[in-house]
Amino acid sequence: MARVNLYAVYSLWLREMIRFFRLKSRVFGSLAPPFFFLAFLGFGFRGAMMPEIPEGVDYISFLAPGIIGMSLLFSSTFGGLSMLWDREFGFLREIMVAPVSRLSIVIGRTAGGVTTAVMQGLIILIPGMIMGMRISGVWGFLLSLVFMVLIATTFNSLGLAFASRMKDMSGFSLIMNFMVFPLFLLSGALFPIENLPPWLRSLSYLDPLTYGVDGLRGALVGASSFSLAFDLVILTICCAGALGLGAYLFEISDVE
Amino acid sequence: MRFGDFTAVDGVDLKIEQGELFGLLGPNGAGKSTIIKMLTTMLRPTAGGAQVWGHDIMKERDAVRNSIGVVFQDPSVDSQLTGRENLDFHGRMYGMNKKTREARVEDVLDLVDLRDKANVLMEDYSGGMQRRLEIARGLMHHPHVLFLDEPTLGLDAQTRRHIWAYIQKMNREDEVTVVLTTHYMEEADHLCDRVAIIDQGQIVAQDTPENLKDLIGADVITLEIEDGLEDRLIQTFSGQEWISSIDQSENILNLSVDHGESRIPEIVLQASKAGVTIRSVSMHEPTLEDVFLKFTGKKIRKAESAGSGRMVAVQSRMRTKRH
Repeated sequence: MARVNLYAVYSLWLREMIRFFRLKSRVFGSLAPPFFFLAFLGFGFRGAMMPEIPEGVDYISFLAPGIIGMSLLFSSTFGGLSMLWDREFGFLREIMVAPVSRLSIVIGRTAGGVTTAVMQGLIILIPGMIMGMRISGVWGFLLSLVFMVLIATTFNSLGLAFASRMKDMSGFSLIMNFMVFPLFLLSGALFPIENLPPWLRSLSYLDPLTYGVDGLRGALVGASSFSLAFDLVILTICCAGALGLGAYLFEISDVE
Repeated sequence: MRFGDFTAVDGVDLKIEQGELFGLLGPNGAGKSTIIKMLTTMLRPTAGGAQVWGHDIMKERDAVRNSIGVVFQDPSVDSQLTGRENLDFHGRMYGMNKKTREARVEDVLDLVDLRDKANVLMEDYSGGMQRRLEIARGLMHHPHVLFLDEPTLGLDAQTRRHIWAYIQKMNREDEVTVVLTTHYMEEADHLCDRVAIIDQGQIVAQDTPENLKDLIGADVITLEIEDGLEDRLIQTFSGQEWISSIDQSENILNLSVDHGESRIPEIVLQASKAGVTIRSVSMHEPTLEDVFLKFTGKKIRKAESAGSGRMVAVQSRMRTKRH
């Protein structure tokens, strides 16, 4: 029933690209928080001994993949929620009145949002390497790209799911502060989740980003809590679930 | 080919012919936009149905979407893209290949005189330019039917004239069937081949503007009288055969008469005999406003007084601030 129109998917993706490269100030703005986290935590805790960090891994190598995960989380959730802006400024109607299935619209928007989020994640890699993070190899880097795409798709879809259920933009900061921020802190991006008390740690295990950050860490610096295959499977399941949820809620949402 | 046959908001049939410039005229909240939303597949009707260019709006949504262009009442452009990029995006969404797209972009930009602004970001367009670009975009994919929801809302008189000219041009030259909604009488009168007057979700009259105005007569004399004495005056005038009709809206009476200017003294005399004070008298040729009054018993501006009342409040507040 719902056919995917690749030309429309490309059109929506291209729009996100044009906007990304045009709105440089917004890109810089969204890169600033992860960059500051990386720089200040990285320098500040450089010499600190933190239990549960694997032998031979310094804090900056531990932290940098976590901050990449943070950047992916924030920018892709924001990308999904940006549907709210399209609705607010009327562009959503232009998209919806076109002879294009809603599934094509979801795929096009998601592809655009994921691409921009992954590009931002890769940009964060540069200061990480300058500060002394050592990448394990080419294959590890390529595997980390897979994790980045999965993380970005998961949270872009969750953002879209929320945007489809919200009537206006008033819920935006609520989601950023009470969903996205806890997801970030629980994910083990800044410290090993093994240090958390058990009841809090169990919440971490429910956070998809935990497996994303662990996977990034395993792929990039070769140290992870779970096996990479386990991270990959769990994250893929979360990603598929979020994608399905986002597409379904968008499908049944009202335009106005 | 048939354009459509649809059951409007409350069960009134409407048929719009190919090549027509058709207007839905009525006050804000009358249901015009609802009709447009249903015909453009943005809203599903709860009962009934319609066909656009021979396609069912419920069962063949994509076929309907392929045959129509829509210019929405509120802005619907991406302000971070240029005019050309907005048109290009639109062309791709409708499956136009690069070559036809590029040629068509120039055509539609020419139609609305925006070629020199094509590479400017939409956020730097004025309101009128933006509306022109939206009209160009609506035509981009060669639609058979173009829907315009309040195309000149909020624009100044000069820009409105320009937009009217563009609409007429594309209707004639590109043979596009145009369906527009408006609450401006003069817009419907000036532009439309046929007009349907809508009030509270019902079509109360539909015909050419000329035929509708002929229903009123040669001249309309408007009397503003003392509150509460309307009935007495209507009684006085109802026996007069030279008055073809009397329409009332609160303390305003509209009398349709031939050779109005020679009848005014007599009207004033009779009113004063009946003991009714006339506050003001004016005379004009019939307009669609009079037609609306005739069919609904109220003025269009009265019918939307809630909105205009708020405007006045805002204006007066601004005035006090300045002093």
